[in-house]
Amino acid sequence: MVKTLERNLDGRELLASTLVWSAAALVTATFCWLLWDILWHGLSQISWTFLTALPRNAGREGGIGPILVSTALILGVCLGVSVPIGVGTAVLLAEFTTDASLFGRLTRRSLDVLSGVPSIVFGLFGNAFFCKTLGLGFSILSGGLTLACMVLPILIRSTEEGFRAVPAGYRLSAAALGLSRTTTLFHLLLPAAGPGLLVGLVLGVGRAIAETAALIFTSGYVDRMPESLLDSGRALSIHIFDLSMNVSGGDANAYASALVLVVLLLAINGTASWLAEHWLHRRIVTV
Amino acid sequence: MIRCHALFMLKKYAAPVALSMASLMCVPPSAGAQGTAADQLTGKLVITGASTLAPLIAEIGKRFESLYPKVRIDVQSGGSSRGVADARQGLADIGMVSRAMKEDERDLSAFPVARDGVCPILHQENPVQALADEQIVAIYTGTITNWKAVGGTDAPITVVNKAEGRSTLEVFLHYFKLKNVDVKAQVVIGDNEQGVKTVAGNRNAIGYVSIGTAEYDATHGVPIKLLPIGGVAASTESVRNGAFPLSRPLHLVTRTPPVELAKAFIEYAQSRAVHDLIKQQYFVPLAD
Amino acid sequence: MTLSSSNTLSRWPTDRLLLWLLRGAAAIAGAIVLLIVAFLVMEALPVLRHVGVARFFTDPSWHPAEGFYNLTPMLWGTLFAMVGSVLIATPLGILSAVFCHYYAPPVVARPYRRLIELLAGIPSVVYGFWGLVVLVPLIGAIHPPGPSLLAGIVILTIMILPTIALMADAGLANVPQQYLRGAAALGLPRWATIRGVVFPAAKSGLFTGVILETGRAIGETMAILMVCGNVVQTPHSLFDPIRTLTANIALEMAYAVGDHRAALFVSGLVLMGMIAALVAAADWISHGRIYG
Repeated sequence: MVKTLERNLDGRELLASTLVWSAAALVTATFCWLLWDILWHGLSQISWTFLTALPRNAGREGGIGPILVSTALILGVCLGVSVPIGVGTAVLLAEFTTDASLFGRLTRRSLDVLSGVPSIVFGLFGNAFFCKTLGLGFSILSGGLTLACMVLPILIRSTEEGFRAVPAGYRLSAAALGLSRTTTLFHLLLPAAGPGLLVGLVLGVGRAIAETAALIFTSGYVDRMPESLLDSGRALSIHIFDLSMNVSGGDANAYASALVLVVLLLAINGTASWLAEHWLHRRIVTV
Repeated sequence: MIRCHALFMLKKYAAPVALSMASLMCVPPSAGAQGTAADQLTGKLVITGASTLAPLIAEIGKRFESLYPKVRIDVQSGGSSRGVADARQGLADIGMVSRAMKEDERDLSAFPVARDGVCPILHQENPVQALADEQIVAIYTGTITNWKAVGGTDAPITVVNKAEGRSTLEVFLHYFKLKNVDVKAQVVIGDNEQGVKTVAGNRNAIGYVSIGTAEYDATHGVPIKLLPIGGVAASTESVRNGAFPLSRPLHLVTRTPPVELAKAFIEYAQSRAVHDLIKQQYFVPLAD
Repeated sequence: MTLSSSNTLSRWPTDRLLLWLLRGAAAIAGAIVLLIVAFLVMEALPVLRHVGVARFFTDPSWHPAEGFYNLTPMLWGTLFAMVGSVLIATPLGILSAVFCHYYAPPVVARPYRRLIELLAGIPSVVYGFWGLVVLVPLIGAIHPPGPSLLAGIVILTIMILPTIALMADAGLANVPQQYLRGAAALGLPRWATIRGVVFPAAKSGLFTGVILETGRAIGETMAILMVCGNVVQTPHSLFDPIRTLTANIALEMAYAVGDHRAALFVSGLVLMGMIAALVAAADWISHGRIYG
């Protein structure tokens, strides 16, 4: 097959190849520049103490221990709420509604609009709704819920795409075997839609962990070690924002925190794709 | 009367403790057993508002917590208007406001805790050493658009202005008797550090930021310089002794006259025990 | 492909329970946007009531402290920045996904994909910071002042690229292998296969990617605020500074009171309106079958 392809490389093919490779090179170069910048400025600050210590002097000194814990909790709340709702909605949209269904259409359109709401509006909304109306106050819970609203469109869209990509044959075979649709969903469709779900998760986690404006009005600014989900806790991104924009002389620790965030993200994404490959894949084969 | 008592207590216990950081971090367990004020103060204070003040108040809060272990001080950032709104609605016990109080804010009790100056900044390599008030006005209103006109190199001036509503903008406009409609800016910024970074990255820019921020950055290798106003050098020192004309007070506000915990905290934030923290965050403690 | 619930009677009670659970989830997800709009309207109402809608488009300038509320220049700013970045990011993102699937050897494709995933999660502050320190002076050297529409477009492009690249990547991964084998059996060369077989088959995924990236481009705040210059004006060239509606909210909300604050919520409403219009337009262009 490779040989056929190579023989057929005419001018247009060559052009396309060049374009694709140079696009990839451009993307890689830009991002390596950016990552190198963070690495260069941040690496010297990183140590075990930095990761575990309390921040001191408004974050110029000390570490990010409590901030890491708060970030993890906020992310946990966000995913704990958004994944069930998101996957549920995606299943409904992809499997149980037709294109003509009004409910499906309305939900889709409203999600599209939701995906463009600026993060600061989410922040003000979260502050009014979760903190005040629901009485949760400035808390990790409020922050996590606000972020959940924010990542839902991304999660739902990409999961839905995942479901759409599952061949119709799967559903028909399952129906022919007399399986309930719940069983079909959990044992066949969900594992098969894994890649879509994974992309949604990666994008969602990425958006959530990088969020600043939505969190400053909801989960807040307190850099103490959180004792419960109702405590206010400062997320890593807010810490970076505060250090680079609000605290003179905070740049060094801002870079270090950004580096920690990048590594954290690498770990989360790695785990997610490992899970998808090993766990979901095995399920689909053994069922 | 009560106030005197509280101050006495604060002085008696806070001052010695403030002397050593070590004793701050871990309050000896015997402190509670002695039956001092530490026993009476419990609860949680929510303080919201100006991002400028947030790092300072958070640091003061941490020290206060270490004096009174049963107290929790939660500081939330978000802007002066939020400080006013939250204090008014009772969402926060205390609001932070990084400007002078306005006419329609008379219903709130305001307590100044520190001062902050505002000064023009240039890139370090800009040959201009000082600008007269009229020159600054001319630059900001767009009558002078080239550095050559004020003794600099032949290059267009990049005017950096602050976003509408910011208190540094209000202080600046008020002093130069300008209206924001007349300002012809090329860049509009939000926070101070953004202004410093904008000017540091552009040789032909002029901006104005908080003196504390500018002073810190200029002494830590950021290529900016602070311009004097009316012959007075811009420094936290000249703001402290009152010589520098552009400055703003930083306030804590409450809806009703504060009692108990809020009162104790505000008095502590106004006391000498936190002057080192105020200086550490590059603000100017109020003169006694 | 879809098994419609209403006309396929299921024998299983669990199925009915499941369906209601799913409907519940979808109702929550769909209602959020209504809640947000209601909240925005509530906050914006005071100023809308005694200033009126028209003045937000006819006033001479945006100086809310002095009672001028014109949002049109910022509307253009948002639109230009969005169109510019989507026009650049879409082909780049799709090509990058194509690279991952059909050009790069597996040893390259894997780390490349990891890299893109990473970029999706870098805080906008970091992008903005990088833009402010590296990109803006660079543009300033070519054509002062530096903070400009161009800087905004470049930063936005970089920020939304991971979204479209990853969505396109997933879309391409979903193209059935039979199609590719069929194309190979026909002796189609690589690019012809991609253009003639892969793209049409992955259409829905690609389109979703474009919608999501557009949403992100409109909604992005912090990075844009740091590199665009934020001067309220309709740009006449790529080098003019602009202010977007999102930056407007983020810049001024912290100190805004009364009508000024309410006017910022009107910015938010206009933004939502823009997105709704965009989604409706996309819907109309594709005759309501964009997700088919």
